[in-house]
Parts: sequence; C-alpha cells; structure tokens
Amino acid sequence: MIAYDHLTKVYGEGRNAVTALEDVNFTIEKGETVIFLGPSGCGKTTTLRCTNRLESITRGKILVNGQNVMDMDAIALRRQMGYVIQDIGLFPNKTIAQNIAVVPKLMGWDAKKIAERVDGLLSMVRLEPELFRSRYPAELSGGQQQRVGVARALAADPEILLMDEPFGAIDPINREQIQDEFLNLQEHLRKTIAFVSHDIHEAIKMGDKVALFTNGRLVQYDTPAMLLTHPKNKYVADFVGADRALKVLGIVLAKDILNPRPRNLVTGENSAGDVLKMMEEKGLRHAIVIDQGKPLGYVRPRDLKYEQGDVRDFVEKYPMHISRRTPARDILSFMLMLDLLTLCVVDENGGFIGTVTYNDIQKRVKESYTSDVEMD
Amino acid sequence: MGVLHFIEKNFHQILLLTWEHVFMVTVSLVIATAIGVPLGILITKKIHLAKRVINSANTIMTIPSIALFGLMMPILAIIGQGLGKVPAVVALVLYSQLPIIRNTYVAIKNVPPSLRDAGRGMGMNNWELLREIEIPIAVPVIIAGLRTAAVMNIGIAAIAAYIGAGGLGVYIQQGIDRVYPEMIISGAVLVSLLAILVDSLMAGVEYLLTPKGIQLQKRLAP
Amino acid sequence: MKKLYAKIYNILLLLLVLVCGIALEKTGTIAFLSDPDNFPELMRLLFQHFYLVTISMAIATTAGLSIGIALTRPGLRKYSGFVMYIVGLGQTIPSLAVLALVMSFLGIGTKPALFALTVYSILPIARNTLAGIQAVPTSTIDAARGMGMTSAGILVNIELPMAMKVILTGFRVALVINIGTAALAYLIGAGGMGDWIFSGIDMMMTDKLLAGAIPVTLMALLADFLVELLSSVIVSKGLRLTEE
Repeated sequence: MIAYDHLTKVYGEGRNAVTALEDVNFTIEKGETVIFLGPSGCGKTTTLRCTNRLESITRGKILVNGQNVMDMDAIALRRQMGYVIQDIGLFPNKTIAQNIAVVPKLMGWDAKKIAERVDGLLSMVRLEPELFRSRYPAELSGGQQQRVGVARALAADPEILLMDEPFGAIDPINREQIQDEFLNLQEHLRKTIAFVSHDIHEAIKMGDKVALFTNGRLVQYDTPAMLLTHPKNKYVADFVGADRALKVLGIVLAKDILNPRPRNLVTGENSAGDVLKMMEEKGLRHAIVIDQGKPLGYVRPRDLKYEQGDVRDFVEKYPMHISRRTPARDILSFMLMLDLLTLCVVDENGGFIGTVTYNDIQKRVKESYTSDVEMD
Repeated sequence: MGVLHFIEKNFHQILLLTWEHVFMVTVSLVIATAIGVPLGILITKKIHLAKRVINSANTIMTIPSIALFGLMMPILAIIGQGLGKVPAVVALVLYSQLPIIRNTYVAIKNVPPSLRDAGRGMGMNNWELLREIEIPIAVPVIIAGLRTAAVMNIGIAAIAAYIGAGGLGVYIQQGIDRVYPEMIISGAVLVSLLAILVDSLMAGVEYLLTPKGIQLQKRLAP
Repeated sequence: MKKLYAKIYNILLLLLVLVCGIALEKTGTIAFLSDPDNFPELMRLLFQHFYLVTISMAIATTAGLSIGIALTRPGLRKYSGFVMYIVGLGQTIPSLAVLALVMSFLGIGTKPALFALTVYSILPIARNTLAGIQAVPTSTIDAARGMGMTSAGILVNIELPMAMKVILTGFRVALVINIGTAALAYLIGAGGMGDWIFSGIDMMMTDKLLAGAIPVTLMALLADFLVELLSSVIVSKGLRLTEE
C-alpha cells in the first residue's frame, strides 16, 4: 500500500516559489485502484511522480508498504514499480520482446525465464506472441503500443503500478476497449494502482477510489459513487458534472437493483384464461411470461381477452434482455428506446434471473442521494 | 588517354600515396572520434557548456585549412614536428571536431524526452539509459557526422601535401610545379574518387548501424 | 557554479589571445605586416583575394538560389532528388582537386580560379535553398493559396522569408569555404593571400607564412560573424521565437 503523509512539493525558491502540492494526505490500500483526478496543473501527476521519486519531495513523506521512499535506493524503488506514461515511451530501437524484457534484464533474470514471461504478458494483453514479439514499435498502432507499455510495466511482476494518463494518446473507440481489457486484467492481478486521469468518466469506470485534486490540494478522496452523490463542495460538484445523477446510473448495475421474484411473473403453460383472471384479481396491467426458465415476453389483459390456449402463444416478445452487469444507465436508455418500463435480466444461457423496472431505477437514484450508506 | 597511361605506369606509387592519404585520414578520425563523441555526450549532460564548446569547434572550422596548417607549423616546430604528417593530423583532428561533437550533441538531445522518462521511471540509471536507449538511437546521426568529417578530411589531407605530409595531394602539387597535366589530373581524379568512395562506404555504415526499429520508424512515419 | 565556469572560460580565452600575440611578435609576423615595404603587396594580395571571393560568391549565390528555387517549382520538382544527388557528389570532391581539374582544362589565371570557386560555392547555397523551401509547411502555403496569393507572391512573401535562416546558413558555409579555397587559388596563378602562405612554407619563412595565414583567418572569421549578424537582422523575429 502507499501512504501519502503531509506531502508537499514546492518548485523554486523565495518569490519565485511555486507550490505544486500542499499537505496531501491519503492512503492507497493494497489491491486498490485509485484515480488521481483533476484539471491540468492540479498536482495529480506531480503526486504520482513523487511516488517513484522522479520528482523530489519538499516536505512530508511517502510510505510504500511502511517504508519511506526516501530511505530506499531510487533505482531499486522504481524497478519494483510498474510505470506507464501517456506518450507510451516504447524504445523504438528495441523489439517488442526486448522492450518488455527491459526491467527483468536489468534485474538479471535468465533468458529462458524472460522469454516465457514476455510471451505470457503478450497473451495477457491480447497480443499474439508469435505475431508481435519480434515486431518493432513503429509497426504497431497506438492502442497496440500502449498494450505493450502495460505489459512492460508488469514484466517484473511489481506489486504497484503507476500510470500517468496511460490511455490518453489512444483514440476514443480503442480507448474504451483497452480500458475494459485493463479492468479485466486487474480483476485477476489485483495490483495496487495509482492512475492519473483528467477524465471523470474514466475515473468512475476504472477506480475503486478517486482522489480529486485542485491547485495542489486534495479536495475529496472517496469512492466514485460517493463523489457523485455527496460532492464535498461546489468545485467537486461542478467537476463531476451536472448530469451526475445519470453518472451514478453508470455505476449501478442490473444485479444491484433487479427483482428476482416479481409478482407479475407467470409461466408459459398456464392458460390464457387463468392468467387473465389472476391479472384482474391482482390488478396487474401486464404480466411477464417465462417458459422453461427463459423469458418469452409480456401480456396485457386485452391480449388475453376471449383467447383460449396457453398464454405462451399470446405474448408480445421482449426485443431484448439485459445481463447482470448491464449498467442502469444503459437499461434506462433501452427503456426509452423501446418504450418499455420493464426489462428482464438473463444469465449466459438466457435463463431468467429477475426484472428491472423504471421505478426500480428511479428509487435507487433517490436512495443514493438521501442515504449516507456507501454503495458498491 | 594520357591520364590512364600515367596511372598504369605509376601504379605502385599511387598505392603508396593512397595508403599515406588514407592513413592520415583514419588516424585523425579515430583520434577525433575518441575526443569528440565523449565530449558531445558530456555537453548533453552539462548544457551550460554546450554553447561554448560548439562555438569553439565552429570557430576552428571557420579557419581556412591552409591557414590552420600554416598555424600548426611554427607551433609544432618547437617540438621538431613542424612539417610532415604530424601537423597535418593535428589540424585534421581539430577540423573534425565540429561535425562530430555537434552531431553527437544534437543526436542525443533529440532523443524524445518521453523515452528518457519511461526509462528513468522503470529504474534505469544514467549509464543504462545511455547504453540501452540514448546511444543506439543517436548512432545514425553520429555516423552521419563522422561521414561529413571523413569526406572533409580527405579533401584537407590533399592540401597537406604542401606541408610535406604526402598523400595523393602530392600529385597535384608536383604536377603543377612540373607542369605535368597527366599527373595533376590523376591526382585530382584519384583523390575525388577516394572521397566519393569513402562517402558511399560511410553511408553504408550509417545504414547498417541504424537500429532496425529506427529504420522502420523513418519509413513508416506519417 | 555557472558563473565560475564562465569566468574560467573567459580567463583562458584571454590567456590564449595573449599567448598568440606574444608568439606572433616572436615570429616576426607583426614586424613583417607593419613593414612599409610589404604594404603595397599586402594590399594587392588582399584585393585579389577579395576580388576572387566577391565575384565568385555573387555568381554562385545567384545561381544557387535560382537552382534551389527552380527545383521547388511544380514542373521541376521531380528532378530535385537527382539534381541534389549530383550536387552532393560534387561537394564531396576536394576543393584542391576542383582547382586542379579546372586548371587542367581552362589553364591558369584568375578566370579559371573564379570558375572553380563559383562552381564549388553553388552547392551549399543550392542545397540549403532547396531544403529551406521544402521545409515550409504545406499547410501554410495552402492557406496562402486559399487567400488568393499568386505563386510568385507566395515565394516572395512566405517561402523565402521562412527559408531565409537555412539559406543564410548555406550562404555562410559557402562563403567561409570560398575564402579558404581562394587561398589555394594562388596555386593556379590567381594570386590572393595564398601567395604569402605558400611561399612562406616553401621558403621556411614563418613571418611571411603567418602574415598570409592570419589575415585570411581573420577574413573568414569576420565573414562568418557578419553573416550571423545579417541573419539575426533579416530573419523575422517571429520565426526565431518558434525555435526557442
């Protein structure tokens, strides 16, 4: 873990002194991803670079796993952290394999071990080792290059990763993809990550916690959800954006709000007449029909009036279903597009898990703004 | 042609003179590189020296070659080396400093800063940075500087014949003295061919020593 | 620390000049130069040298600029690689060889020397003119054309001013080499300060030798300095700022 203790950084002296960081205090727990967020010049990159001593510390200290970084040899410190930068910084005179192998080679690993590690890492970042290990950076696209950059940072299996706007130089389409892949990777690897970004969307998506900086000060250090729902001051509220209610929906997933046993659920083999009666009794305006565990569609009373036979023959099919991990924001978007107030959640095999209604979503948003409970 | 006949007749002597010429140029280049490249690397680390060093080298190169030879002679006469190859080589070494130092300096300075940042961030110390990144990337430009120096030196070494240093310039000197056109033309043509040959050779070396990744970068650049 | 280095450097420089001055005195160069008997010859040689340099540079500059500009025009652009290759090849040939070859075909005297000097000086100017104009961003030219500027207008108002620093560098290099090569022109009967230099070597007369070598050196240094000065005056301030 990384602890920032009264971290202060001042450039220059006397009248020309510029305070880049003022009394920054927070801790990154092991296995967490913390986003250093803020506009240009707020101190986020400076904080990151102080962590591996690429910048000097004026006052205060940084403790990595309890040890003061100033008590360690700077070179040794850096070799135990992965470092990924925006410009990617792949060495053009080296092959992809040689690039990834830089730190292991500096640390004296033997050739066989290095080769295995290189191939393993290339696979991990979805670059076919056979194809890519002997290529040169000039032959790769920006997205591919940065994947190599990440692989290179992970080469010596560091516990900590320092990333400075790593996906900033990649076009928006590929950026989404590489962010998703990185999240997947992190689920397996569970590294401790300090990630600098100026993009609130990236922060919400990628971070377990967000450290919001402005003018060298840490303004708020919280989970993305808390940042959105309980911004500390106007600055934070403005930074996260006026549409933060919708942003919250980006964090809430179907699995958080689904109803596994909705009371308007019926199975397909029931007769139309029975279902109609049930609906009239319970005052339901529509019922959800599942058959063999899979959702078929929905029925309204008028669809069943005067009809004989199994209710499964009279359903209005659902145009689509959602999965457990679909964000509420997307669900809302689908609802608006399809003009439906209910959608079914299914598993990988299409089996019914539960429903999500518009009311569920609205209720959840309201809850998050009034409760002090942390949301995950 | 009379010239070809001349060359044929004096082939042995031509080889000798060519060897003398090449010897002078090679020795001076080796010494100049041994001084110039480390100096060029040094001034990238100590920027405040850079301007002065490059200006000094530039000033030396502004001095006309024959004048520099002329200046070397009385100075080196003190240690009894006023004539011959020694003042020639000293002058050649001095002349070569600018292209070598300047190219080394520019080449290393032009290594993209993001590469240095990535390297340092990974835990490379200054030597490793030089060895793994800065020098390999700088090599093509440094060799280009050596190439300029080599060609320049061949030309100046021809003039050195006038201070007793030998080499192919001898044919030009004696040819003019004795009004022997075939000798003059032979000398001029031979030294020109030597220069062109060395230039092409060095271009080849430049190509061969460019790391493959950099070649590709140049070719695939937008 | 920087101030200390600067001080040391300046002191060393001063010492160097002092030592040179003393050496000069000892070799009798100063005496030679100030000897009234030698004065007319000094003037004659200086004038010859000056003449050679000025005429050849005037022609070479005109020719070099024209060739360089011509090769950037749409019709001739495809020849630029080829021409520059030939030009580059020519630059590889040693100056002495050029003089010697010219003499062999055109005889001795001032005119052949002028010819050799001119041809030798065209190369750096032409190459730098070409490179300088090629370096002007196409987007800038595009903008100008979009505004309705003619090709000639673009050349005069944009391409040449933007290329001026590089062109002046080529001019400076050519000029300095020219002054040095003109010193060799003596060997093919064109006079100039080379006279004293070479006879000084031949006759083992150090004072004569240095009396020839030093003025030529000073000429070259002065020329270099003046062109640099010119460059800082002519090259637009805006362009210089973008280089910082």
